[in-house]
Amino acid sequence: MQVPILKQRDYLIASIQAALTDADLLELRDELMKQVGKFRSRGVIIDVTVLDVMDSFAVRTLRSIAHMMKLRGADTVIVGIQPEVAFAMVQLGLTLTGVETALDLEEGLAFLDDQRLKERQVKGAPKRGE
Amino acid sequence: MENEVRIAINSDQDIVIARQQGRTLASKLGFNGSDLTVIATAISEVARNIVEFAGKGELALTPIQQSHKQGLMVVAHDDGPGIPNIQLALQDGFSTTASLGLGLPGSRRLMDEFTIVSAVGKGTTVTMRKWVRG
Amino acid sequence: MPSKEKGGMDHITSTGASPDSTAALLRELVAHLRQNRTQLREEWARRITEAQLLVAMTKEEIFAEATSVYDNYVEVLETGSVEALQAYARNLSERIIPRGVETHEVLGIVLLLRDVLARSLFKKYQADFALLNRVLDAYEPAANRIANTVGVSFVQERERTIRQQQEAIRELSTPVLQVRERLLILPIIGVIDSQRARQLTEQLLRGIRTNRAKVVVMDITGVPSVDSTVANHLVLTVAAARLLGATVIMTGVSAEIAQTLVTIGVDLGKMNTVGDLQGGIEEAERLLGYKVISTEGGAAAQVTTQA
Repeated sequence: MQVPILKQRDYLIASIQAALTDADLLELRDELMKQVGKFRSRGVIIDVTVLDVMDSFAVRTLRSIAHMMKLRGADTVIVGIQPEVAFAMVQLGLTLTGVETALDLEEGLAFLDDQRLKERQVKGAPKRGE
Repeated sequence: MENEVRIAINSDQDIVIARQQGRTLASKLGFNGSDLTVIATAISEVARNIVEFAGKGELALTPIQQSHKQGLMVVAHDDGPGIPNIQLALQDGFSTTASLGLGLPGSRRLMDEFTIVSAVGKGTTVTMRKWVRG
Repeated sequence: MPSKEKGGMDHITSTGASPDSTAALLRELVAHLRQNRTQLREEWARRITEAQLLVAMTKEEIFAEATSVYDNYVEVLETGSVEALQAYARNLSERIIPRGVETHEVLGIVLLLRDVLARSLFKKYQADFALLNRVLDAYEPAANRIANTVGVSFVQERERTIRQQQEAIRELSTPVLQVRERLLILPIIGVIDSQRARQLTEQLLRGIRTNRAKVVVMDITGVPSVDSTVANHLVLTVAAARLLGATVIMTGVSAEIAQTLVTIGVDLGKMNTVGDLQGGIEEAERLLGYKVISTEGGAAAQVTTQA
């Protein structure tokens, strides 16, 4: 099972299309690592809208992807977690500490844009809209 | 009444199959949306436990009934190394592999009933039940 | 592995008579009840009215239902299967519950029918006491089973109705309101038991998704106290909302609830809490980048979005 990874501006967007096995998840991790280096991406969005279960392995892998991306200079946002999945996750004791989450792709992109804007502000670039 | 479903658990692919079958059966038994997710997640965890610790085993999903309540029973069995200290295994954060060790204690929180029987060198049986809410 | 742990329907058991003769007697009984259908049915309907049962229904309605119950009754005696009667009883209950028919009335009419039929059996067999005994032995378990089926069906149907109403009330009791774009408030009033807590979670998480909310103000000023299970549930809900990309601000946390939260090990520093609902909404607006400014000379406040 391949997860298509789309490059948009300096972001990578991985949209999961069907239930993933552990091997698929690890493949996704490796593929993202490869591409983030190749394209020097600054942000990664993983769209999990279709997942009807996120168990400990899935959450652990997503968390490790986010941490690895951070080390390569990219922010990761997980988008599209379903309400029931979210509640099952927290009942299981799984949280995505240190990983950003957003409602959907649009929100994920808005978050990454925001981050980039903040970075530029910190670096002393002129502020937008003032 | 729906029939029992048995699934051989030998690899990570079987984990996916097990939780999909669990969701399908639970849906036929009348569980609602969030309970379906909860059941599928718990099945995923116990199936994963088999793959990680015993390599192979079996999962049985059985419709159950008690007076007017309908429910689902999940039995995960393996002939693996067994768990030397069950108390410890059910503690949050405990694990002998690199996993987060949330599998068993987490599943216990997700389901209505949870029992585990294990003998070192002989294997482990986890039995979980969830009832359809009235 | 057992597929059934407990339960199941009870079966007709008879004492004294052998199964064969029981079946023969029941056949004879059925023939008798068929023959005297008109008269016995009328007698039953008359007794129902006399006992002032089913007062919510007209005479004609009572007679029509009595006919159906009578025929179903005879059918159970004949076939031994209660399925058709069960379905009819459920359907009947569904129709008469909204009209205020009570459990005692339903049980009352079934017991009356049992009585009417038993009296007619007495009359027919009184000459042969031994035979009468055997007829009653065959009749009674079946009659009890019928009374049981009708009574249980009625009660189950009533419970189902009550559950539906409870569900509806609960849904109404926890409204998820959108105050501004991307901002929801969830005012919770009254006791939260674990079922209400579960419903609250589902409504909130679904509300976040449908309204694309970024911030939710959960006001629990009206909640007197919570037990540790519910407190834990609230904390999990806050965590789940975050997974959907929304921030939850809790307001109106009483000292007692704060104590419970601390006792179960919640780090209140990590929870977003503000004293009251107004403060919570202000904080939410700040997070969303809204600025509330008062228009010149007017009391009305105007909301603008920054940048």
